[in-house]
Amino acid sequence: MSAPPPLVEVTNLVKHYPGERGLFGLGPPRGVIRAVDGVSFTIGAGETLGLVGESGCGKSTVGRTILRLVEPTAGQVGFDGRDVFALTGPELRGLRRKMQIVFQDPYSSLNPRMTVRQTLREPLQIHRLASGDDANRRVSALLEEVGLDAAFADSYPHELSGGQRQRVGIARALSVEPAFLVCDEPVSALDVSVQAQVLNLLADLREKRRLTYLFIAHDLAVVKHVADRVAVMYLGKIVELAPAPVLYDAPRHPYTRSLLSAVPVPNPTAQRQRIVLQGDVPSPANPPPGCPFHPRCPHPKKSERCRSEVPALREVAPRQLAACHYAELPM
Amino acid sequence: MTEPLLRVRDLRTYFVTERGAGTARAVDGVSFDIFPGETLGIVGESGCGKTVTSLSILRLIPEPPGHIRPGSFIEFEGRNLLTLAPKELRAIRGNKIAMIFQEPMTSLNPVFSVGDQIAEAAIVHQGLSRKAARARASEMLKLVGIPDPEERVDHYPHQLSGGMRQRVMIAMALVCHPQLLIADEPTTALDVTIQAQILELLDRLQAELGMAVMLITHDLGVVAGTVDRVVVMYAGQVVEAAPTKGLFARPAHPYTEGLMAAVPRLDAPRARLHAIPGQVPAATAWPAGCRFHPRCPFAWEKCRVEEPPLFDTGVPGHAARCWLVTEPARRTAKA
Repeated sequence: MSAPPPLVEVTNLVKHYPGERGLFGLGPPRGVIRAVDGVSFTIGAGETLGLVGESGCGKSTVGRTILRLVEPTAGQVGFDGRDVFALTGPELRGLRRKMQIVFQDPYSSLNPRMTVRQTLREPLQIHRLASGDDANRRVSALLEEVGLDAAFADSYPHELSGGQRQRVGIARALSVEPAFLVCDEPVSALDVSVQAQVLNLLADLREKRRLTYLFIAHDLAVVKHVADRVAVMYLGKIVELAPAPVLYDAPRHPYTRSLLSAVPVPNPTAQRQRIVLQGDVPSPANPPPGCPFHPRCPHPKKSERCRSEVPALREVAPRQLAACHYAELPM
Repeated sequence: MTEPLLRVRDLRTYFVTERGAGTARAVDGVSFDIFPGETLGIVGESGCGKTVTSLSILRLIPEPPGHIRPGSFIEFEGRNLLTLAPKELRAIRGNKIAMIFQEPMTSLNPVFSVGDQIAEAAIVHQGLSRKAARARASEMLKLVGIPDPEERVDHYPHQLSGGMRQRVMIAMALVCHPQLLIADEPTTALDVTIQAQILELLDRLQAELGMAVMLITHDLGVVAGTVDRVVVMYAGQVVEAAPTKGLFARPAHPYTEGLMAAVPRLDAPRARLHAIPGQVPAATAWPAGCRFHPRCPFAWEKCRVEEPPLFDTGVPGHAARCWLVTEPARRTAKA
């Protein structure tokens, strides 16, 4: 039996931003910032792909470009067989109904002057899904679905806690009945006890509504709990992509290995070998030649080749892709 | 037994809220000790009072709207910091007790070079000349692992990365070789690989300089790997205090237990997370009785009406503010 065709298909996605301008912002831009630099992956229907990496690696830009909240520089995104970058006007709006986003910061992503009801009714009106009493009934049902009392409909965002606001943000994304959700750091602004509530809610909704998620996060432990497959980004490129259990048990890219070893584990008796990377992430305006990770790479086999030749993302074990010349060798 | 370096007793820091909505009892009767050379972790979620506790120690609470209630007591070197004259306090603050903050960008002055900012404390507290202080500043930058310190000393904060800025903050804090460093979420704004660098740096500096560290964090992973003893705070109070290993092996307070179960873990298989129901109550209206009772799976009538004191659990150094300590059978009955 062959696998079902993927719901989301990203091919060689590139997003470059113009570099900093001289002359107090009036001069021509100097060079380009390679925020996303040739990223490809697929997400199957009903699957959760985790996209992890540190600040500035381009993970959020990938999510926003897929939804065309940011226009791409090059590449293709297919959604349910359609070319997302070729659509315009009503067709694009129709597609957006199917693809929604949950943002990190529930404080800045809700309009402070709109009640929860207004926030949830707006997408229903734009997409002509419901109006009048029908819309109000949908608002109550949505609130209930995300675990909020229907009485919250007439509250303003400032009256809600962070966790409650994030539930409203999820309800808003769900209001138009999407098939695909980009969750961009949906729990990183929340406290641990509330974070667990929201993660469980996202898992329940996925089950109930058969949703497909692109789950973007910097917290590897959080991603482990939600993702079926995980892609690790570094400086605008995917450096490793594998099923979650494989990636966490047997990471092959030295960056993934270092990242996993750096996550503090809440167990004071754990015996762990921590790889502490030296230096900072280089600027995407001026990425190093060859392998982007080579200046910080702790791999003992690191060689001249890493400095000159960009490693391809290749299969290094069944279903496990890594972009490292020496991925097969022990570290 | 060694004398504590810092002794906090019944600290109460209250804030008058806007529009007269009441008094926020942000810190409400907190007591703990820090011993010379040890690392004490203060753990809790937003709004539990951990940052207000640390700011109170250095008397950095803005008055009004805040005030530290009479009866509170913070003893350092035999003196109550809360009653010191401003001049005496300044001789301690930034000199014997130093502090680093979460946000290195907002805590550094953007219009002074990092060298000037590090040198300032050395000039003020140790009477160093400008030239000697500058040399000290580049020495400090070297100590905190910044490459090319002689050049970096003239750089401005915006020219540095987040990790480098946090190193500069640490250099500033340590320039007078404090006996106590208060670190408030020092790695929360940093990426995980940079966090590992900073935690390693703090660990090394503590061993080299022999200072005590009070590490404030919400991250149980950071606590487990870094500190000797832990104080867990909830709703303005200490709810549990224990040596790190004992706390993780046998948490005595249901809140601590719930927090540990709520953390997604890298070292455990994927499973549904245990969520603590509800949310942290508002500081203007702490629940009656035990402040955790509305969210506690074990709560019974007594918890709703009577506030539990901090009980000794029977294990040395391990205390918990929970009636279950007196009636352990209720825990097993529920489980």
